[in-house]
Amino acid sequence: MLSDKDRIFKNLYGDLGADLKSAKARGDWKDTNKILARGHDEIIAEVKASGLRGRGGAGFPPGVKWSFMPKESSKPSYLVINADESEPGTCKDREILRHEPHKLIEGALIAGFAMRAHRAFIYVRGEFYNEGLALMKAIDEAYAAGFLGKNACGSGWDFDITVHRGAGAYICGEETALLNSLEGKRGMPRNKPPFPAMAGLYDCPTTINNVETISVVSTIMRKGAKWFSSFGREGNTGTKLFCISGHVNNPCTVEEEMGIPMRTLIEKHAGGVKGGWDNLLAVIPGGSSCPCLPKDICETVKMDYDGLKEAGSSFGTGGVIVMDKSTDIIEAICRLSKFYKHESCGQCTPCREGTGWVLRIMERMVKGDAEIHEIDQLWDITKQMEGKTICALADAAAWPVQGLIRHFRAEIEERINSYKQSLKQEGAA
Amino acid sequence: MVKATYNNDIQPDSFEFSAANKKKVKDIIARYPVGGERSAVMPLLDLAQRQHDNWIPRAAMDKIAEILNLPPVKVYEVATFYTMYNLEPVGKHHIQVCGTTPCKLCGSDGIMGACKKKLGIEMGETTKDGLFTLSEVECLGACVNAPVVQIGDDYYEDLTPETMETLLDDLAKGKKVTVGTQVARENAAPKTGRTTLVDDTPKSKKGGKK
Repeated sequence: MLSDKDRIFKNLYGDLGADLKSAKARGDWKDTNKILARGHDEIIAEVKASGLRGRGGAGFPPGVKWSFMPKESSKPSYLVINADESEPGTCKDREILRHEPHKLIEGALIAGFAMRAHRAFIYVRGEFYNEGLALMKAIDEAYAAGFLGKNACGSGWDFDITVHRGAGAYICGEETALLNSLEGKRGMPRNKPPFPAMAGLYDCPTTINNVETISVVSTIMRKGAKWFSSFGREGNTGTKLFCISGHVNNPCTVEEEMGIPMRTLIEKHAGGVKGGWDNLLAVIPGGSSCPCLPKDICETVKMDYDGLKEAGSSFGTGGVIVMDKSTDIIEAICRLSKFYKHESCGQCTPCREGTGWVLRIMERMVKGDAEIHEIDQLWDITKQMEGKTICALADAAAWPVQGLIRHFRAEIEERINSYKQSLKQEGAA
Repeated sequence: MVKATYNNDIQPDSFEFSAANKKKVKDIIARYPVGGERSAVMPLLDLAQRQHDNWIPRAAMDKIAEILNLPPVKVYEVATFYTMYNLEPVGKHHIQVCGTTPCKLCGSDGIMGACKKKLGIEMGETTKDGLFTLSEVECLGACVNAPVVQIGDDYYEDLTPETMETLLDDLAKGKKVTVGTQVARENAAPKTGRTTLVDDTPKSKKGGKK
């Protein structure tokens, strides 16, 4: 179990102050110039060695991502930080933005320097108005202290940060949609290649990283890759913010060691499942796009990339949505289908048409107003959406429905049969 | 584009940024690199909305297009893409109830029910006095504090139908309301008390910061 001394986000709950003085008292901005003095490549090597994987959902190692950036370029390079947190079940970056903004800002400087960028943009979802203000206030403090701007931290490296607010569109969390949005366009994903490291923001070399990913970089540089990788297991190292929502006694966000058993996470930190562990129906383990897992798998599954992949789901963002036996699981997943239909940007046909089609069938499944063979048809539709579009939103819409059919087919069939039964009775009467 | 954009009864003939906002317009454009001025479309739409009773008339979009030297359609397509831009008038208090699964599991249907009952309107409608607009929105990203409602710029968290009704009463009376959680709770920490970050935060230190 992770001890408090090894927790990175000491002000997760906001009692210690988000201001510069308080952040410095927690160790932020201590000799940052010495970290930068180690040079671009050594910083990248250290982050690679730590085993850190992206915390925004895809799990790509940021150190590797940074090494794709050109060492020499006629164009400026940009770091773009994705604070468009909107995957249902996920609310960890919100705590960093409002309570630990200096971890993000210092991380941005170190990461930006490592990839030879002089400029970062932080894209904050529009609804996070107050969180955005907290971040901007911290950025102002960092400028006033000489930590940002010309010769940041006395390192000889110039570094600027601009905050850009979104305006309500989940799709802008997709990295190339985010770039389009930041350029003042509709948030529609771009075809790859070219990859952002070649031609990203304003057609310049760009790396996009999640808030949590960037915010742990300064601690990794201070405590070392060995320290970070001593938590969790190979390929799944470090500490992680988990958000536990839904049917638990004490929903909360908490920093824990990677690989913590799901049951331990729920029982130790979230006060357990409402009505006790045996009242558990299913868990969506990593944000809404990850297929749900029934109780027997939740008993033993480990909360990390490989553990959840082996269980047929995904680690995603670490947003754990717990559903007890009072849940209408078909309705709960149907609500996610509604979400994805609402958020599809409409650019690709399989997604634009598929998300609507899936929702219409799911709404009938909730009532039971369907035929048994339509369950297989629904499965087929989700399979036809997967991997056929520019971005992964169609996949994200498909997976929760697939998880439902995989583990709760009996419930759907029962619903359909009892609906037919009720129609018969009505006819008889 | 929604109907209101073509409804000339409500569309003003022209739109100008206020003197104070004109300066802000310059500052906003200057945030972006030379050649990247188009990036200012979104912050300028937000600025126009804040100036114009929380909705964006067509004339404001045209003004922004003029300022940024863009064809007006480039601004219209952005304004219609994002849900936070209101293209028709909304009530003084825009009640946006999150209805996505984590909030739904924690009772957002009851929150919407309480709002509808109290305000006497359906989702998507505005009260006759123009005080409240009620909307269902997608995940607000505060799932561990569900159910959550956004009103204006602020989140109201850990709601019950009862606290939601009280909140609406207080807003109607113009009373000051508490932003954030509506229960005794420390932000995103477990409501019965922390399970982590206890040995680093001795009580004296916590008290000293406030």
